[in-house]
Amino acid sequence: MALILPTESTAAHPPSLHPAYTSTVLRAPQQPLILVPHTLTELTGPVYGHGKVRETDADLTVQHAGEPLGERIIITGRVLDEDGRPVPNALVELWQANAAGRYVHVRDQHPAPLDPNFTGAGRYLTGEDGRYRFTTIRPGAYPWRNHHNAWRPAHIHFSVFGPSFLSRLVTQMYFPGDPLFPFDPIFNGIPDEKARERLIARFDLETTQPEWALGYQFDIVLRGREATPMEEPHEH
Amino acid sequence: MSTDSTRPEGITPSQTVGPFFHYGLTPGTAYPHVPVSADGHVAAPGTPGERIVLTGRVFDGAGEPVPDAMLEIWQADADGRYAHPGDGRARQSNSFMGFGRSDTRADGTYRFETVKPGPVPGPGGREQAPHILVAVFGRGMLKQLFTRAYFEDEATANAADPILALVPEARRGTLVATRHGDTYTLDIRLQGEGETVFFAV
Repeated sequence: MALILPTESTAAHPPSLHPAYTSTVLRAPQQPLILVPHTLTELTGPVYGHGKVRETDADLTVQHAGEPLGERIIITGRVLDEDGRPVPNALVELWQANAAGRYVHVRDQHPAPLDPNFTGAGRYLTGEDGRYRFTTIRPGAYPWRNHHNAWRPAHIHFSVFGPSFLSRLVTQMYFPGDPLFPFDPIFNGIPDEKARERLIARFDLETTQPEWALGYQFDIVLRGREATPMEEPHEH
Repeated sequence: MSTDSTRPEGITPSQTVGPFFHYGLTPGTAYPHVPVSADGHVAAPGTPGERIVLTGRVFDGAGEPVPDAMLEIWQADADGRYAHPGDGRARQSNSFMGFGRSDTRADGTYRFETVKPGPVPGPGGREQAPHILVAVFGRGMLKQLFTRAYFEDEATANAADPILALVPEARRGTLVATRHGDTYTLDIRLQGEGETVFFAV
């Protein structure tokens, strides 16, 4: 009953209980998780068809009659597994606040304006090279009630399906140089500094388009597909 | 193709879905990309198998319902085959995908309409009892939790299930959905008394 995907790789994740993020206090399990072998159930996962993702789904600035307000950006990157192999046909879903830091959500009622030309949701199906690409608006910081004067750093939520249910990942992409990093318990729930830094996109002049949009690179790395305890160690 | 030169330093860490995921992720709202039909219908009409509803409520450690969680399920079809290339027995023409996504309502309720899965192969050539893999996401959850839903009317198969056997007997009941008509109910308690068994995978 050997595990097939290495569980060590999941050490990069934050622990469930991180009291500085107060909502974790009543929502983190107290019993230890039970380690189970990977069966067909865990090693398979949803496969999406190409037909359902439309071209306009990846450009969040063309989903309404007019253009959204804010700083236009392009985010591109690769979905890889931890062995460096591109993950093709991965559905990447993205959602975010508008330039003023407000979500199109009935429960987000903080006093920043909604943008009638921005919903803030997109999706993309990666090609054979694992690449994805979105055009959107840089989201604003917004307040939340976790602690006194709490503001989330600007971020974009990403949801990615890898080749199995074990490689299912929901994460957030941050922007370089954000002054709110030291004060954000969600970002800082990740104990390993290098792992935290992997959530910060890289500004990229090559992706940047003249007179049009700033470019960012953000690679998303999922658990490996075929790593087994029998595999030879990689040289690097 | 050499992969070593591009080998990443490690996986991308998980972060919470937050409270505002609905228009970006869940069917039945503004989300236009519907991997399942709206309102949690996992199985299209005409999908072979016994049609069931899987429902329940999600509770936090204070016993309060969690209104901003999201559940995803992954299951085999009625014959115990996964719609995935990794399952060599999968039917190419199978219209049943086996994936579903549901948010929780104000009272913490989630709901899926699906077909009851069949038994699937397990470790060491043993068969696993019919079950549905469940991932729980939510505000206040920095990474998703994995659990399983088994079925109370599969007592014989459950008693022989190699995964349930790894769970202390006193806690196995947290993984077994109770049946009333065509509806199976399984509450999920994130913490405290009757805490659901969650798996490290």
